[in-house]
Amino acid sequence: MTPLTRDGIAARLAQDIQDGWHVNLGIGMPELVANYLPPDREILLHSENGILGMGPYPEEKDIDWTLINAGKKPITTIKGASFFDHAWSFGIVRGGHLELCVLGGYQVAPNGDLANWARDADDPLPSIGGAMDLAAGAQRIFVMMTHNDKAGGFKVVEDCTFPLTGAGIVKRVYTDLCVLDIADGKFVVTDMIDGLTREELQDRTGAKLHFAERLAPLINRAAA
Amino acid sequence: MLDRRCDSYAQAFAGIGDGARVMVAGFGEAGRPNMLIKALLDSGIKDIDLVSNNAGDGETGLAALFYAGRVRKLTCSFPRGAMRDLALELVTSGRMELEVMPQGTLAERIRAGGCGIPAFYTPTAYGTLAAKGKETRIIDGKGCVLETAITAEIGLVKAHRADRFGNLTFLNLARNFNPLVASAARVTIVEADEIVEIGDIDPHDVHSPGIFTNHLFQTKDVPEDSWQDWRKSA
Repeated sequence: MTPLTRDGIAARLAQDIQDGWHVNLGIGMPELVANYLPPDREILLHSENGILGMGPYPEEKDIDWTLINAGKKPITTIKGASFFDHAWSFGIVRGGHLELCVLGGYQVAPNGDLANWARDADDPLPSIGGAMDLAAGAQRIFVMMTHNDKAGGFKVVEDCTFPLTGAGIVKRVYTDLCVLDIADGKFVVTDMIDGLTREELQDRTGAKLHFAERLAPLINRAAA
Repeated sequence: MLDRRCDSYAQAFAGIGDGARVMVAGFGEAGRPNMLIKALLDSGIKDIDLVSNNAGDGETGLAALFYAGRVRKLTCSFPRGAMRDLALELVTSGRMELEVMPQGTLAERIRAGGCGIPAFYTPTAYGTLAAKGKETRIIDGKGCVLETAITAEIGLVKAHRADRFGNLTFLNLARNFNPLVASAARVTIVEADEIVEIGDIDPHDVHSPGIFTNHLFQTKDVPEDSWQDWRKSA
């Protein structure tokens, strides 16, 4: 059994992004998805600081610090890109105009709750950024994360214990072990890596799993 | 004659004293009015009630205000970053008050402030800690949180091009919070890379109309080592 790499998760998730979608990729692991977008589909990437049509990282010599993404990393623009101010940018988010937002996660629950901004409700320096707006506003939220934390603890859980980013908003979860649909308050496994049994996957999960009638193999597309 | 060009910080900051609410635009280093932040630092104003999306990075620019101990309260969406440790120390020692909210809520509260909307309902943060203690309401079946407008006594803005009426354009993603801050401050002070003749900015291209600008300065580089000047007088 070989769990997917971060790139492997990104490449699998990218397969589910449809032609013509406007997509926000959250800071951190979700940014990797940009490297695996199917080349035959036109997908416009949004960044909260005011762009639709974000392109890949520039070469070192072309870095311009007025061209950055929400993670404050240098970017380029694609042909047909547009710029707008922060209020309009979050209007795009909150107004439900983005077909998809991909976020990282600390915990996801089968009711669609997501916790991804703080591990402690009493954090003296809470840092929210744009995650709650994206969680509340995008048409669908996909979460991308490792199935377990570094200590082996559950991240796919019955109830989120960390402070919520959004309530009842997650549609699908992509991990290094499986892909989970959230439907009717249940986690339904649709894809699974080879060499892992259903029981083993359940043992590594803090919530009851259901399994789709036909399970797709979860393969590392990033390796190709 | 309508000429908003200014060459005196004393004139621009006149009547603004300790405890003033100051809004600073910019996201990361893009669209950050560093020359005006330095002027604010040099003005000696204390107990600043600062509104800015981030707390700054390194020890220069916005971050210098925190190192110099000038900020009494920070209203932002993301206080972490390169100066996380300092922000943590200021907050836990009780020297600085912190109000954190979602970034889109911050942007919309400033926009509302500039547009004369006293408050609005937003679905963002409903059911989360960030909505704790706030008035909520279900509208069309959707849980919403009541948020109030934010205005300020001074707004600091960084433009790319400007004319003497105060019409502004911004470059790339340096627009971010700038037009919002320009509209929501009682006194909006702008620095621009280039000040051009009236008519040189096509009306189609104006990102922030001159009515929001009060004082306009030409951007000059701030010498890197001058950010520590406050230590001499401290």
